[in-house]
Amino acid sequence: MPNHQIDPNNWVKLYSDYLFNYTITRVNDREIAQDLISETFLAGLKSMANFKGEASERTWLISILKRKIIDHYRKINSNKGKAEVRMGYLNSEDAEGDWLEERVADPFDKTAEDTLENSELGDAIYDCIDKLPEKQADVFKMKTILGYDTETICNELEITASNLWVIIHRARTALADCMEENWF
Amino acid sequence: MKKSFLFINCDEAKHICDKVQYGEASSWERFKLNIRLAYCHITKSYSTKNSKLTESIEKAEVKCLKAEERNKIENQFKAELAKQQQNQ
Repeated sequence: MPNHQIDPNNWVKLYSDYLFNYTITRVNDREIAQDLISETFLAGLKSMANFKGEASERTWLISILKRKIIDHYRKINSNKGKAEVRMGYLNSEDAEGDWLEERVADPFDKTAEDTLENSELGDAIYDCIDKLPEKQADVFKMKTILGYDTETICNELEITASNLWVIIHRARTALADCMEENWF
Repeated sequence: MKKSFLFINCDEAKHICDKVQYGEASSWERFKLNIRLAYCHITKSYSTKNSKLTESIEKAEVKCLKAEERNKIENQFKAELAKQQQNQ
């Protein structure tokens, strides 16, 4: 018997930020990430009949998104192949003698392992944000992730500054507890 | 009760601690918080957890959509959803 129901009416509200964070860490371009999310929602809508309810809606949408990201890279790689320009590094006379130093791996550069760990940490943070009441999650994201100033958030959500700090305090307390339980 | 000039209560300390996470606490507030941290284990524990959360968020480089970006996706999707519901 299926454990999960499907309701596309709430997809954007519930999952767009999670999907965006998942995508942006993999494509590193806000516009492309938004396009891929839109395509994912549309593909999900078209293939709703295939949803068996064995996984959550979010997991199911992520599986569609993964295919979209792979397709995106396939597409840009095939475009690149057509218009490839070979850069001859050693042809540049100005760079003579510099190559060895320039090609040494940067020890502060992120490794694949760091990227993977950060992306898992990001997923864990979003799992905790998803457990917050909607208003707390909205205020927290605007203040902490988007970095909006207090006045902008207060004007947009029609709340006072002291109200904002109370919401932030509650959100941070809940998130810290959740992260302690699931990650730290 | 008269409010102390130098000593703050736990709730006020937590509030300043939250502001510190966003770089919005004044030097004077940070000074008062540091005094409280020296003797209050509840404030200290909250402050440690709070800083750890900030570090994690910065490390993970978590991102989210701006309101206008979400609205754009939502409007596109709602139009498709309405089309599909009409066809059913």
